[in-house]
Amino acid sequence: MAVCVAVIAKENYPLYIRSVPTQNELKFHYTVHTSLDVVEEKISAVGKAMADQRELYLGLLYPTEDYKVYGYVTNSKVKFVIVVDSSNTSLRDNEIRSMFRKLHNSFTDVMCNPFYNPGDPIQSKVFDSTVSAMMVPSC
Amino acid sequence: MSPTQWELPPELCCRPMAFVALTGLDVIYNAIHRAIWDAFCANRRADRVPISFKVLPGDHEYPKCRTKRTSYEWYIPKGILKTGWMNKHLNLVPALVVLFYELDWDDPQWKEKQSECATKVEIVRTSLQGRNTKVAVVLIQKKTPLPPGEDVVASERAAALCNACDLSAKSLFVLPHTDHLVGYIIRLENAFYEHAQTYYYNEIRRVKSHKEFLNKTTHQLLFVRHQFKTGFFSELKQDTQNALKYYKTAYSLIHELRAHETNMLEIKTLAGFINYKICRLCFQHNTPLDAIAQFRKHIDLCKKKIGSAELAFEHTAWMSKQFQSFGDLFDEAIKLGLTAIQTQNPGFYYQQAACYAQERKQQAAQLCNHEPSVSFPTLDPSETNTGALDFYGQRQWRQGHQSIDPPDAEKEKQGIHSLQLKEKDVLHSELIIALLSNAVAQFKKYKCPRMKSHLMVQMGEEYYNAKDYTKALKLLDYVMVDYRTERWWTLLTSILGTALKCSYLMGHIKDYITYSLELVGRASTLRDEQKSRIEKNLIRVLMNEVPEPELECDPGSVKAAQVLWSDRVSLASNNEFTVEVQDYVPFIQCKAKFLSPSFHVDEPVQLHVYLKADCPHPVRFAKLGVSLSNSEYNQFCLVDEESCKEKDILETSTQQNMCLVPGKARKYCFKFVAKTEDVGRKIEITHVDLMLGSESGRCVYLNWRGGGGDAASTHEALQASRSFKRRTRVLEQQLDWDAISIQASTMIISRVPRISVQLRHDPPALTNEMYCMTVTIQSEEDTVAKDVSLTAGLKPGQDANLTQMTYVTLNSSEVCDEAHPALLTDISIGELQPGQKIEKKLYIRCVSTGSRIFLFHVSYAMSTTVEGKDITCRCHKDETVTIDTVVPFEVAFKFVSTKFEHLERVCVDVPFLMMTDILSASPWPVHLVSSELQLASNMAAVDEPQSQVEGVVLQTGECASECFSLRCPPVQNGTSTIAAGHYLISWKRKSACSETPVVKTSMILPHVIVETIPLYVHADLPSFGRVRESLPVRYHIENRTGLVQDVDLSVEPSDAFMFSGLKQVRMRILPGTEQEMVYNFYPLMAGYQNLPVLNVNLLRFPNISSQLLRRFLPTRIFIKPQGRNGDASIAAA
Repeated sequence: MAVCVAVIAKENYPLYIRSVPTQNELKFHYTVHTSLDVVEEKISAVGKAMADQRELYLGLLYPTEDYKVYGYVTNSKVKFVIVVDSSNTSLRDNEIRSMFRKLHNSFTDVMCNPFYNPGDPIQSKVFDSTVSAMMVPSC
Repeated sequence: MSPTQWELPPELCCRPMAFVALTGLDVIYNAIHRAIWDAFCANRRADRVPISFKVLPGDHEYPKCRTKRTSYEWYIPKGILKTGWMNKHLNLVPALVVLFYELDWDDPQWKEKQSECATKVEIVRTSLQGRNTKVAVVLIQKKTPLPPGEDVVASERAAALCNACDLSAKSLFVLPHTDHLVGYIIRLENAFYEHAQTYYYNEIRRVKSHKEFLNKTTHQLLFVRHQFKTGFFSELKQDTQNALKYYKTAYSLIHELRAHETNMLEIKTLAGFINYKICRLCFQHNTPLDAIAQFRKHIDLCKKKIGSAELAFEHTAWMSKQFQSFGDLFDEAIKLGLTAIQTQNPGFYYQQAACYAQERKQQAAQLCNHEPSVSFPTLDPSETNTGALDFYGQRQWRQGHQSIDPPDAEKEKQGIHSLQLKEKDVLHSELIIALLSNAVAQFKKYKCPRMKSHLMVQMGEEYYNAKDYTKALKLLDYVMVDYRTERWWTLLTSILGTALKCSYLMGHIKDYITYSLELVGRASTLRDEQKSRIEKNLIRVLMNEVPEPELECDPGSVKAAQVLWSDRVSLASNNEFTVEVQDYVPFIQCKAKFLSPSFHVDEPVQLHVYLKADCPHPVRFAKLGVSLSNSEYNQFCLVDEESCKEKDILETSTQQNMCLVPGKARKYCFKFVAKTEDVGRKIEITHVDLMLGSESGRCVYLNWRGGGGDAASTHEALQASRSFKRRTRVLEQQLDWDAISIQASTMIISRVPRISVQLRHDPPALTNEMYCMTVTIQSEEDTVAKDVSLTAGLKPGQDANLTQMTYVTLNSSEVCDEAHPALLTDISIGELQPGQKIEKKLYIRCVSTGSRIFLFHVSYAMSTTVEGKDITCRCHKDETVTIDTVVPFEVAFKFVSTKFEHLERVCVDVPFLMMTDILSASPWPVHLVSSELQLASNMAAVDEPQSQVEGVVLQTGECASECFSLRCPPVQNGTSTIAAGHYLISWKRKSACSETPVVKTSMILPHVIVETIPLYVHADLPSFGRVRESLPVRYHIENRTGLVQDVDLSVEPSDAFMFSGLKQVRMRILPGTEQEMVYNFYPLMAGYQNLPVLNVNLLRFPNISSQLLRRFLPTRIFIKPQGRNGDASIAAA
């Protein structure tokens, strides 16, 4: 289960960041922000011709001692980042993929809201609950 | 313990090389020995064998060899690896001792020298008692040796020497001291290397042989030790593959050891050593993935082996070192050609090392936080000196002790306590910063700008912790920009918080204000009460008071800072600051706009400045000023106490006017009259200044470049423009901040002219004509228009060739030419009274066809009043017109014979006709005044040619023709092409008034081919005949050559005529003379009849046929029928 979930705008500023409250929130912000280096590199590495059939899931961005950071980029270059605990070895790649897929679906719903202005921070209860379902339950 | 306790020993990190000792060399006083030594140690490149050489004296004492143990049965090892062991085999115990001795084969004192040498060898041998070290002898000789086998004495004596010294023949070498020293040395070296290899091979076997004596319960440590030793000897032997194998075994064995608190450090130390060796060899073998995998395994295995909880910082220090040394190894491998990638580079290891270093610092702070007053008994410093350790990773106070429980609990406590005290003195921040800066350098290389920024923030924070605020601020300032442009406000706020603390503790007023501005502003994610606290502090600073200390600061530093601040307060000077807020997100937003992108000079320029505060409390400002590109207007764009009293801009009291309420936008309007000099110029807002505080206390100018806006406003405006909220109505009184757009510049344009310019003309223009245009200017002003001037002609900026093809003049009396310009500038017209009208005629001559744009620019000056100010402004009006130029007429020429037959070539001295057809192509009637023929010198008119088209007027499509009779004088060659001359037509447009000059258009006549003929025949005959009436015909035959010509003449009979005269004759014609042949024709039939054909044949020129000559003769004649009486009148006609 994730310890931090983030949605990053095309221009690389955060639209939504949520992390488990037990740990230092700022640290997660930094982790997500630094992971954008790898995301950018991965996006630019994919050739222009391939851009259409590009795989949205970017896989493991980089491992740190404590966390694993996974990335996902939508076609409109909005990035999703999920951070999981390194000790959580039971988590499979497939599960991460399905988390991203759920997140993407929920994000699409947010975008479909006519009152949501793309580029504004996401403030949606439904999206919140989707993310909560993915997070490590805080106790 | 010293801070370098965790450093890996240098003997571990170096590349092991076979150790060979050289004795018997006197490198100080003997030049030859010096040269030999230099040849050994200079230029040790990769292609030379890896040996480390050392010069030792002949009687050098090598480390004593302990007596060999025959049984391990009662032996209990005290530790894993002795601290001196690696160094011993690298630098103290040689694999080979080489004795250099000066001796030639034919030395006179051979016997004595031989025994001396033997003695020296014996001394070395004794000193190496018990070691397997080999001994070799090198004889330094002055003479070049003969090839082997030829010198009998040499081989005999060599055998004798070997015998005397108890050496094998393989261990005796000869070094002739000649020119090829280096070559000999390299050969020697290779031989030494082989001996060394054998030595290390034997050493490996020796260590391995112990294995069978060991048992698994008591000798576990020895298993590790022996594997390590075989690995190390293999490395010395340069057998890295096997070395790696032995080290790997050693590594797995070390984790089989029973680990407990007392030996944890020793196990980890050794595990670290072996891991280092394995990773190093993996990188060397170019298998970096193996190295990384090994390191990961190592970390995973050791991560949890913390050891004593009271010394937890030791574990983190060790972990940090593990990461750091792996980073170093990785980096070294990269320097040797390995390629790293963004997600796998040394930076990550340095970063993790820094992470552990930070953790170490925290643990140290917790564990070593003893009250200094309470003195614990500590160990004697000499007892804790690391240098004196026998085994790696053991405790000083219980060396060699391997049981689970410490032998002396009290001593253990004291030892731990003294270690904690040591740790307290460690400069953790320095270590952390060094590691972070290593990581920064790596991430910079591998395109990780954000990671780099993050690490720099950490560095900055660490500098802050280390109380080096200047450096901290420098780093934080540097990265702040990145976070601001990427709009990560949470991170920016956190950095700003640290920066604010730094600036507070240093007493930097300007920085303090700058950071506060942003922390209070909308980009900050602080809670309102925090913002409120900072704003209050900011107000204090502006009132020249000492601010409240920042939270969570070191109390000692706060005290020092308070002193600094009160010093600042007492200093009167330097209390004015300017902050360029454009690049920040300050708590006051500003937008300035001109109401229109352009203003006419006769209307006032209007400028609005909008301000909005985002802070929790209302804020008052002292002054608002706008600076414009022309600073003369600045005085009109100012709000301060006095101006408010005078003007009362918004009909509200001064107090309210200069106070910004949070969240509410406020508008300030300015108005001024532009100067006439600024017409055509742009007025730009260079900056907007807002003064906070007071001049008497301390004041800050917030300075927005251009028309306001800050680091966040562009994006906000973009978002607002997309938002659905925009479409909802906003209450009239309330300003919609997002809807305000910045307009930072305006154009001052000239007053709208009230004048009419009309053009009258008949397009299209005809090529070459003087095209007349009438310009009518009428004033519609209410006052006098002064200095009226007209600029007329070809509009500049068109095809450059047109300038040479167009002439403009006001003068109608003569045709204008190249001397006239294409554009007449500033034709002065004088004054125009209101309603007055003036006309100007302009003549334009276009020499080429095509369309042209003509410009008529009228400018004038007039006075007017704006806002009670009199100004004189210039107005101007432009009219442009596009005029096509077309050809007026086309002229066709043709040459015909006197019989109107088409001529391809004309004959010398034979008259011919030139016809001209003038076809009008002009849409307007063209009046041909006259035409003229200007013949070339080799062309002459038969008679005086006169114009036949004089006064003719051609309508469109009509044609006028002329005919001229011409003749060519003789030419030099038989045939040549000659120019005929020019044809001039003088003409004008029919509609043009009488004063319009007539223009002449000249055309070049086509070239004609002229040829000379030898014989010319022409006939004299009446223009018509009558049936049955005699018709006299006279043929003239002219000889045009310089020779007598024989001519055959014959006349063919014809049905239509009877004739008299010579029917066939041959005659001679003298040069230049002419023969006349007279015939009387008698027509028989009426109508056009063919004349009897005259055949002329020249005997000299058979190719000149009668056919050719016949074209000069008439072929037909009109025969009238026989008339009745009184027919004479018809005949006359």
